[in-house]
Amino acid sequence: MKTLMLGWEFPPVISGGLGTACYGLTKAMGNLGIQITFVLPWSGAASPANVKMVDTNNPWSAIETGKLKHVRFRFVPAMLSPYLSAKTYSQILAEYLQGKKSKAGSNPSTTLSAREVHYGHDIFREVDRYAHSVMDFAPMEDFDVVHAHDWMTYPAGMGVASITGRPLVVQVHSTEFDRSGENVNQMIYDIERAGMHAARRVIAVSNYTKNILIYRYGVPSEKIEVIHNGVDFSSNGHCPHPDGTQSDKVVLYLGRVTMQKGPEYFIQAARKVIDVYPNVRFIMAGTGDMLYRMIDLAAWLGIGHKVHFTGFLNGPQVQRAYAMADLYVMPSVSEPFGLAPLEAMDNDVPVLISKQSGVAEILTHVLKVDFWDINEMANKIVSVLKRPPLHQTLRQNGSWQARRFRWEDAAEKCKRLYEAVVA
Amino acid sequence: MPAVCFYFQVHQPFRIRHYTVFDQDTRYFDDNKNQFICRKVANKCYLPANRLILKLIEKHDGRFKVGYSLTGVLIEQLYLYAPEVFESFQRLAETGCVEFLAETYYHSLASLYSPEEFKEQVVKHCQTVEKLFGQRPHVFRNTELIYNNDLPGIVAQIGGFDTILAEGADHILGYRSPNFVYRPVAAPDMKLLLKNYRLSDDIAFRFSNRQWAQWPLVADKFALWVNQVNGCGTNVNLFMDYETFGEHQWEDTGIFDFLWHLPDHILRHPDNSFKTPGEVAASYDSVAELDFPHIVSWADIERDLSAWMGNPMQKNALDQLYALEKKVKRCGDPDLLVDWRKLQTSDHFYYMCTKYFSDGDVHKYFNPYDSPYDSYINFMNVLDNVEERADRILGREEMELALMPRKAHGHRRKR
Repeated sequence: MKTLMLGWEFPPVISGGLGTACYGLTKAMGNLGIQITFVLPWSGAASPANVKMVDTNNPWSAIETGKLKHVRFRFVPAMLSPYLSAKTYSQILAEYLQGKKSKAGSNPSTTLSAREVHYGHDIFREVDRYAHSVMDFAPMEDFDVVHAHDWMTYPAGMGVASITGRPLVVQVHSTEFDRSGENVNQMIYDIERAGMHAARRVIAVSNYTKNILIYRYGVPSEKIEVIHNGVDFSSNGHCPHPDGTQSDKVVLYLGRVTMQKGPEYFIQAARKVIDVYPNVRFIMAGTGDMLYRMIDLAAWLGIGHKVHFTGFLNGPQVQRAYAMADLYVMPSVSEPFGLAPLEAMDNDVPVLISKQSGVAEILTHVLKVDFWDINEMANKIVSVLKRPPLHQTLRQNGSWQARRFRWEDAAEKCKRLYEAVVA
Repeated sequence: MPAVCFYFQVHQPFRIRHYTVFDQDTRYFDDNKNQFICRKVANKCYLPANRLILKLIEKHDGRFKVGYSLTGVLIEQLYLYAPEVFESFQRLAETGCVEFLAETYYHSLASLYSPEEFKEQVVKHCQTVEKLFGQRPHVFRNTELIYNNDLPGIVAQIGGFDTILAEGADHILGYRSPNFVYRPVAAPDMKLLLKNYRLSDDIAFRFSNRQWAQWPLVADKFALWVNQVNGCGTNVNLFMDYETFGEHQWEDTGIFDFLWHLPDHILRHPDNSFKTPGEVAASYDSVAELDFPHIVSWADIERDLSAWMGNPMQKNALDQLYALEKKVKRCGDPDLLVDWRKLQTSDHFYYMCTKYFSDGDVHKYFNPYDSPYDSYINFMNVLDNVEERADRILGREEMELALMPRKAHGHRRKR
């Protein structure tokens, strides 16, 4: 079975769940023997460490990498990355054009960015340009199925399916409703909807997401397959934990600081927690469009000295954050899945998650709360900090439960789905 | 020849309401939910089952008998929420064919933590049963049939009991059969009645299970199994939760019809009879001593204490609860004492069990909370408030003592 995977980031450059999920799924599918041509949009930043460029002058060069079985890469020049919105794309493009102007006259390097790539004027034009680039080389590739992840790759997927006659599978890691609440961008919604309807089958990362696809996008239920994400255990085993002699407890928020993730509920709950349990510190690890508002909010609530903002954390830093955390909180407003709590649990950290998430449907050894219920959130946070038996039971049972979600199982389901659409 | 001995356990806890770290008031219990559940079970089980038993007693002219134990907390809730059920139990008592057993008033695990508290609760229960039903119980069953060799000794200190019920667990019985009367180790004057768990669970659990090889269970089939005990047993002890009839096994499974026809088939054989637990103990000598070196209960497959004490949360909750005994009793505040005692009901700890929590299971149907973790959080928040109340009362007393004027001879008068 061969697949053309229209995907996203690879380690070490991972900005969030989308990249992690793509990587985990691809690696497991490769281990199952599926041959994957992984198409990566690339705008000339540092190459992923696992992947060695063979011919840097040829952007279509396919590379084999030792760590991943049966996976080869194709790089497509595109200024696309996960979590872009129409606004942020324009910002990034403006920065890039500024940078180019100042670099004019310097020696052309051998990286892709030196080549003359005319990135799209806005995000939709860029998505379209990317689609055409992919459609240019796709007929020369050998594959049975084309698999597209999230809306920016859907037009490419539809185009490739159309000209090669191969079936399209789209995977929904998030929808406009998750990202933007009710203020959806109509054009993005239209692209999402078109992709879902054009695809032979749709993969949803949770039943929570499946429901959104049925009720908001009109996708028939039989067409949707729920394949839950897994956890990659490659990073760790048991990490050393606060042994109780630490004077302050630590409550961790690790994720993008954006509306979808509910950071303001975390900060407001922190205020209530500190009222009754003062020996605690709150860490907000991540960056995003709401970061400065959160810093302001913490100060305004009078808890600025108890809340630490670390900015974006890389792999080893994330491990250290988990090692010092007494509790991990995910207060998401709408979370299609939620890989981070699984990772936290895998790192022996008890977890409090929003009920409005996909991962809540598969986990029982966690604390759950409605994202808006700040009182209850604070109640649960204080309880975990105050009562070691609760902490201990959640920690032990949680890590056991998280490890049952393996990418191997997701890959198996994916393989069966491929076989069904190819038949 | 065997005597069929039915014993029905009737109990409802005072379920705790959602109580956060920010709550300060002393309304610990979810009156709404408790009322709702009490009325629901009254309509589905207590009223129809009581009616049926009453009719059976009248039909068989005194040959049909049963035993009950109603916990104190259940009786209180019937008073509050379903008084007509209470009246129907009184009518059953008047027939003379119904025996009421004793247990801890609060359906607690006090026997494991505080013999004093345990005794007080049993005495209170006996007094209640005597006052309401006109019977002084002489058969004892501990909460969830928890039993080991130490129990008879403590029960004997209360006085008035000659028989104790226990689970007929395989690992205790070995080759022996639960269908005889036994006696406890080091208490030769007492008798032990053991639950025949196979036959009891056939009715209580397997009755409506279509995957069961013996489904459907009809009255004559069951009577046949009972008759097979003839010659190798004196009694068949069928101990179960009363909610089997209408609540665990719904009416449409035919459970009421089964019960209605069963005495006919049993009594068809002239040597068979129905006896209350007290009558079984009186009718037969004990055949052997039974050693219960470790604690046994009737709960789950393990038949041990793991349903209530299996994880750190449960142990912590129980330890903290009983650690407050001295303090609470020193306060001399009856409301505080009652609240502390209602928190002892074993169900609270059952709800904190994580044993089967991964896959969603039996425990969950009876759990009023979303998760065992929520149960623990609510319970401990309430317990903290209980302790704060006690501290406040004791703190006030100490202050008053300190402020009291000294008497002429220099001593302070203690209240």
